[in-house]
Amino acid sequence: MSGKDRLPIFPSRGAQMLMKSRLKGAQKGHSLLKKKADALQMRFRMILGKIIQTKTLMGEVMKEAAFSLAEAKFTTGEFNQVVLQNVTKAQIKIRTKKDNVAGVTLPVFESYQDGTDTYELAGLARGGQQLAKLKKNYQSAVKLLVELASLQTSFVTLDEVIKITNRRVNAIEHVIIPRIERTLAYIISELDELEREEFYRLKKIQDKKRIARAKSDAAKALLIAEGKMETEHAANNMLDEGDEDLLF
Amino acid sequence: MALHAAIKGKLISVIGDEDTCVGFLLGGVGEINKNRHANFLVVDKNTAVSEIEDTFKRFLKRDDIDIILINQNIAEQIRHVIDSHTQPIPAVLEIPSKDHPYDASKDSILRRARGMFNPEDLVR
Repeated sequence: MSGKDRLPIFPSRGAQMLMKSRLKGAQKGHSLLKKKADALQMRFRMILGKIIQTKTLMGEVMKEAAFSLAEAKFTTGEFNQVVLQNVTKAQIKIRTKKDNVAGVTLPVFESYQDGTDTYELAGLARGGQQLAKLKKNYQSAVKLLVELASLQTSFVTLDEVIKITNRRVNAIEHVIIPRIERTLAYIISELDELEREEFYRLKKIQDKKRIARAKSDAAKALLIAEGKMETEHAANNMLDEGDEDLLF
Repeated sequence: MALHAAIKGKLISVIGDEDTCVGFLLGGVGEINKNRHANFLVVDKNTAVSEIEDTFKRFLKRDDIDIILINQNIAEQIRHVIDSHTQPIPAVLEIPSKDHPYDASKDSILRRARGMFNPEDLVR
């Protein structure tokens, strides 16, 4: 990043005003994005904490569910193949809702019961109670897992968005704002340069004028001294001459 | 198709050992669609890794599946595929199986979270 890296713009007052307003805009945008990133980060931490909590809970729920499966097997006998073969339609399905955090839509899953239980008659002969308990356990496990899934989805989405936002914040802070500032500095230095040049030119012109006037005065004085010209006439001449010294 | 699926509600799919699958099927997540494609895969010791991988990829592509549950020991076998799946939907959840306790340090999501959280929060 050298001092050369600036916007290609002609240094003028108008451009300076433009750059000033752009700098203002960039600073405003930076602060807004920073706020957004902070809000997202807060949410992100919250979700992360919840995920870790839910994962621990999931371990316990799954253990219980697996245990009740073993219990049901013990009383009912082997029913794995029956269950695996009799699959038709899902009873538990998922709806997706949208949640909005600082302009980011996060999907939230929600499970709901749909249709009848395919395995209503399973365990009719024996072990019905164990099977009912097993079903209940697994349904609650599914509920928890759906919750966990929506947390995890939010986590992934937020992770992505936070990265993008941080990238933007950094880009504005470290690239865009410095570039605008450099452009502004360049414009100011160029304008100063122009002003100095102008001032010098004016001085030079004044100088030249003074020399010219001194010369003509000397010539007139000589003429008057030689008596070839009237003093009054000379005064007239001097009045006439007033036209030229227009400075600007 | 997408609109149809949106109205119908999405499915949960399961990749796991026999007991895990049976449990969730009893819980009522199983479905076989018109093409006789089930939304679950029973993995035993004879199942090839490539088959798990293909099934997992197929589940990822199906637009009526929102959540994929997978046993952690099976997830370990196709870790590279799971790690390369970065989209939020479908969500891939690693669950403990009967004979493999849950290990938080192997979870794809928690491994991503590790950089942001101090390690003692992950230890339980």
